[in-house]
Amino acid sequence: MDQIILQILNGLDKGSAYALIALGLTLIFGTLGVVNFAHGALFMMGAFVAVTVSKLLTLSHKVVDETRTDFLGNPLEVDVPYVYDWFGQAAGDVLIDWAVPIALIVVVPIMILIGFAMERGLIKHFYKRPHADQILVTFGLAIVLQEIIKYFYGANPIPTPAPSAFVGSFDFGVAFGFDPNAIIYPYWRLVYFFFSIAIIGAVFAFLQFTTFGMVVRAGMADRETVGLLGIDIDKRFTIMFGIAAAVAGMAGVMYAPINSPNYDMGMHFLVLSFVVVVVGGMGSLPGAVAAGFMLGILESFASMSAVIDFLPGINQIVIYLVAIIILLTRPRGLMGRKGVMEE
Amino acid sequence: MLGLNKKDARLLLIVVAITMLAPFILNPFPAGSDLAQFNAGYPDLMQRFVIFGILAIGFNILFGLTGYLSFGHAAFLGVGSYAAVWMFKLLSMNIIPAIMLSVIIAGVFSLVIGYVSLRRSGIYFSILTLAFAQMSYSLAYSVLTPLTGGETGLQPKATDARILDGALEPGEAATPSLFNIAMRDSFELSLGNWEFVFNFGYYVAAVVMIFAFYMSIRIFRSPFGMMLRAIKSNQTRMSYTGLNARPYTLAAFVISGMYAGLAGGLLVAMDPQAGAERMFWTASGEIVIMTILGGAGTLIGPVLGAGFIKYFENIVSKINETVLHQWFYWLPDGLEDFVIAMIYPFVGKGWHLPLGLLFMLVVIFLPGGLVQGGQKIAGLFSRKTADEPQPKATEPAE
Repeated sequence: MDQIILQILNGLDKGSAYALIALGLTLIFGTLGVVNFAHGALFMMGAFVAVTVSKLLTLSHKVVDETRTDFLGNPLEVDVPYVYDWFGQAAGDVLIDWAVPIALIVVVPIMILIGFAMERGLIKHFYKRPHADQILVTFGLAIVLQEIIKYFYGANPIPTPAPSAFVGSFDFGVAFGFDPNAIIYPYWRLVYFFFSIAIIGAVFAFLQFTTFGMVVRAGMADRETVGLLGIDIDKRFTIMFGIAAAVAGMAGVMYAPINSPNYDMGMHFLVLSFVVVVVGGMGSLPGAVAAGFMLGILESFASMSAVIDFLPGINQIVIYLVAIIILLTRPRGLMGRKGVMEE
Repeated sequence: MLGLNKKDARLLLIVVAITMLAPFILNPFPAGSDLAQFNAGYPDLMQRFVIFGILAIGFNILFGLTGYLSFGHAAFLGVGSYAAVWMFKLLSMNIIPAIMLSVIIAGVFSLVIGYVSLRRSGIYFSILTLAFAQMSYSLAYSVLTPLTGGETGLQPKATDARILDGALEPGEAATPSLFNIAMRDSFELSLGNWEFVFNFGYYVAAVVMIFAFYMSIRIFRSPFGMMLRAIKSNQTRMSYTGLNARPYTLAAFVISGMYAGLAGGLLVAMDPQAGAERMFWTASGEIVIMTILGGAGTLIGPVLGAGFIKYFENIVSKINETVLHQWFYWLPDGLEDFVIAMIYPFVGKGWHLPLGLLFMLVVIFLPGGLVQGGQKIAGLFSRKTADEPQPKATEPAE
């Protein structure tokens, strides 16, 4: 029993990342009808915003500390972050410690701008081209973005710690009445899960309860008619692209403490997220979210040692296997809408 | 000639001439000069040119002709490689059985994957092939380690059975050969400052590539190729006329898988080792890039694209800061540093960046790839093509 709960919990954080990226992919696909292979790169750029913010906050200058000496007897030079000068040491420490949550605020405008630039500059010209062309050009864009990041940050993963308040693990075992240490789960992953639930809820509420969201949903259903009613649907879809980019960016920022950001992390998530989108059903937002969590949990169940002993290697392939079975038996995916990408 | 029309025969002859004279053409700069690092005429790279050319020709039959974008083609390359190494281990270091087995195994493998994947088309087909390839990659890395060597890869060892070959002399290494001529045998020719290397392995691969190219011309011009084109342009209409598209697409998939297996076998014949990273999905992406860059749906485009990318990968990636300083030493100091700072992100380790940019530009502006670009430029200069447009032999891909 405790094993099962542990695996569900383990699956949740990976599932949250899949669900967030798949949500963005589906938003873009559902509104603009574009298959965006550069979405993983947006996730990766979000993670590197976290890296940048934490680097900027620790940016420091040398100060000679007269009271101490180094091993040669000269006065010691100490690195003092600029934030100490500006806000004092205590506040500065807090700022540095909370770099990742701060990055969360910074990342939204940055990613929305990048999203706008991408949509207006490139994707716009590909609405009428075949899906294969869209895949190819965004694949090229993903390579370019990835290489730019690699040029500035190098090819090695950069550790980006979570705030010290969230370091450590939560002992679920005690909470649920099992033995202590039976189910322990890092705080940050718990934060990640609740954060992704909040974001997903916010996106759904935005689409469901605002006038803007209503127009966007109408545009997803029938773009032409909405255009004929005198609504500038293109502008709204561009904004949705920006929002999808921001969601991917925020997912990336929050993921930075879990896995040290590396320039090719986006590609890794992209492949799996596409599988998630296809399993959930092209163009279905609830489908994408449900499939994301489902596949995440399935993956962690498949890595249980009892399962691996029974079916060696299943943990590596379970997601692809499920995707193949679902694609062949349910052509529209789990919750695909009728008439969307049915071939 | 050989059942080709005049134009195709001319193209084939040009390809034959270029591949046979490649050691000269690719070594235009004298050894030891500043520009010598642009020489691509060394055996390892030349072998890669033709082998990846075969791979791209095969992929083009599936994508360029039939319009199915497979994102998992590297799996067949990997399977072919493993099959060839096993033949080296079990039977003989002669490359003929190895390559034959790699083609057969890749064909069977692609028959299975194709049978399942081709039930869907469009992006679903791409995802399905991607999923199959990633599965093969993960399995080759983990569970199938006894068969694939896992992380260390698979290579022939001195202790292998090799039923047809005699036992090895102590200290003798097993080298792939064709009837006792080793693949790595080379003949070197020095003319003045120029050095040319004629490698036996390269010529074996080149002959295979020419044959593969010839086969692809025949497929393009055959009624079967016509069918594949029809599938690409409008599959629905084709099925309304009472034709079942599935056998044709499956045949195209298997043929292109066998081409990939052939390329995998040849890779192993040149360098007897195989690893799972050959099947990773970025390797499949590279095949896609090669084909599109050169010109999907054209005859010669994929070969050019493969050559282009392999040149980039091996030559441009070697340009480092020191080399750049040598080139621009004649500029004033400040300007020199500025120019180098401007160029440096695009060469050396960052060679993927210009490649990605170029790939995007080609997809945006030249759907027919570099071949179409060449045709456009040629069209600017010759009035004849502008006045009376001739039926184009090669159509750009949609």
